[in-house]
Amino acid sequence: MEPVRKFSGRLAPLPINDIDTDQIIPARYLKVTDKNGLGQACFSDWRYNADGSPKADFILNKPEYQGTSVLIGGHNFGCGSSREHAPWALMGAGFKAVISTYFADIFRNNSLKNGLLPVVVDEETHRQLISLAEEDPTTEVVVDLESQTVTLPDGRAVNFPVDAFSRYCLLNGVDQLGFLMGLDEQIEKYEAGNPARVQTVFS
Amino acid sequence: MTSNENGHPRTLFEKVWENHLVKPQTPDTPAVLYIDLHLVHEVTSPQAFTQLREQNLKVRRPDRTMATMDHSTPTTPKNSLGIIPVTDSMAAAQLDVMRKNCADFGIPLYDLGTENQGIVHVIGPEQGLTQPGMTIVCGDSHTSTHGAFGALAFGIGTSEVAHVLATQCLLQSRPKTMAVRVDGRLNQAVTAKDIILAIIAQIGVGGGTGYVFEYMGEAIRALSMEGRMTICNMSIEGGARAGMVAPDETTFQYVAGKPYAPKGAEWDRAVAGWRKLPTDDGATFDHEIVLDADKLTPMITYGTNPGMGMPINSYVPDPDKLSDVSQKVALDKALTYMGLQPGQKLVGQPVDVVFVGSCTNSRITDLREAARFIEGRKVASNVRMMVVPGSQQVKRQAEAEGLDKVFKEAGAEWREAGCSMCIAMNGDQLQPGQYAVSTSNRNFEGRQGKGGRTFLASPLTAVASAINGVVTDPREMTN
Ligand code: SF4
Repeated sequence: MEPVRKFSGRLAPLPINDIDTDQIIPARYLKVTDKNGLGQACFSDWRYNADGSPKADFILNKPEYQGTSVLIGGHNFGCGSSREHAPWALMGAGFKAVISTYFADIFRNNSLKNGLLPVVVDEETHRQLISLAEEDPTTEVVVDLESQTVTLPDGRAVNFPVDAFSRYCLLNGVDQLGFLMGLDEQIEKYEAGNPARVQTVFS
Repeated sequence: MTSNENGHPRTLFEKVWENHLVKPQTPDTPAVLYIDLHLVHEVTSPQAFTQLREQNLKVRRPDRTMATMDHSTPTTPKNSLGIIPVTDSMAAAQLDVMRKNCADFGIPLYDLGTENQGIVHVIGPEQGLTQPGMTIVCGDSHTSTHGAFGALAFGIGTSEVAHVLATQCLLQSRPKTMAVRVDGRLNQAVTAKDIILAIIAQIGVGGGTGYVFEYMGEAIRALSMEGRMTICNMSIEGGARAGMVAPDETTFQYVAGKPYAPKGAEWDRAVAGWRKLPTDDGATFDHEIVLDADKLTPMITYGTNPGMGMPINSYVPDPDKLSDVSQKVALDKALTYMGLQPGQKLVGQPVDVVFVGSCTNSRITDLREAARFIEGRKVASNVRMMVVPGSQQVKRQAEAEGLDKVFKEAGAEWREAGCSMCIAMNGDQLQPGQYAVSTSNRNFEGRQGKGGRTFLASPLTAVASAINGVVTDPREMTN
């Protein structure tokens, strides 16, 4: 995994509350067995007409918002289904971070495992970022995982929370599974002291 | 074991959590939680198996893992060879990958068309795999269903599926707890589904974010296991990853005799342990909400998330009366999508499709209630009604009781088991603009088919609406 440290990017405002993962990537695209190509389907039902042509008024189709890499959603971003295809699709569509006032638990976990940063800001900052992005599509922010800050165009740096472990893994580009694999002894000890509650395979 | 060593009274959640700590949370690392049962399905697992192959890893405990096929499987009848044909080539390829993964890694699989196949959250409980006090995960947000047994059960992403496959463990930050108390008794034609829709309407789809719910109170105690599953199932719709109900005699009776349930002396030992799980007197929750079951009526949703729900006789809310701008925008958008007017009633709204199914309401008691209601009546000519049993076992049981005939005589379709129109991955879907009354759990835009419009409701409301061809209060139609 590539380390995630610090990047600057332009903002795409999508200030809708409770954006669920069925909107981020509709279920009909989940018949895949890999992670590739999902960016095309990101926000598919909001982005394309029935004949497959892009909807001109959807924010991500507007020429001035092409190449944006930081999405600002409304409150409670990523609710609903646990599909990790949601962060895969957002990353496939070019996003490196999503800003909201809060995220659904599973989406936040999934994002952190893939290097898509869920950036939680206070409502005031959230409102400010949305208006900045709507007024001026060239607005850039700097997201810095090391210092856990997002820096606004006026130079104001706002802190965002990330758990220490996810932060460590992302900064160093290490997969979280490696940590668990290293706990073999402790897991064995647990298993020895706690007999299986069910057994699905009998040998 | 009622309280911990310090004599500190504990909640059901705390007991199950602490019983499964391989390594406690530290400032640098989340807790490492041991997983008793890992359920796997075809849609969220392929990339996890790929990771295992790439890193040359084995499945640590295939004997604590169970796989099924449910999401992308057709629910059309078996052909003359007794096979359910999969005509969608992508779905067929995905199912083949599941078969290969299970074979290569030694995981038992309930394959399509076999006798125990079904929706993952229906088969766990019916096989007795789901038991009190366990930790259960699946790459599926409705894993919360299994909490009805007093298990800690929640949905995970595909990266975490790989973690559990490889190590049988999960990295977790400890959630907060919320007591959800439902006092009193339900009135006639008001069901578990109406309770949970009322809870979500009250707290909103984000209200439970960061929490595990424990449902308690007289109305919860009075529910069957199926009713409790319906409620726990939709915990995620309130933002909570897990919902739990303390195990009691109802739970033990349900589990007893199931294929994977403990037997003989082991059963007695297990029950003795399960009796110690309920929340201790004096244990505290981070938050508490209270509902009065006596005041509940049948519920229905009008919008595009499960929090946009109301008593069935109410009026669709008016965005202009909301002070919060973002809520106003959200409601406006939802009503435009749904083609509804502020202030209108939903009762009387024509419907095109009625769907009885999904891991929320496709168990045998759901089908019995639906059948009892529709017996001797006809589905309105403008309505397509689909009944999709949650599992092959539910289907067989229903057929043994003659429920399939009741549905078919009424003009409804009787299908094979699976997720079907709950997620519309398999061709069972709404057409753009169509209205459905659905017993499933999500009314998100396009969830049941692109452009489709979903009203979530109980099986009774769904059946009453199918008969009248318009959204109908089931209390007007009781028998
Ligand atoms: S029935 Fe619906 S909610 Fe339940 S597991 Fe299947 S797709 Fe998910």
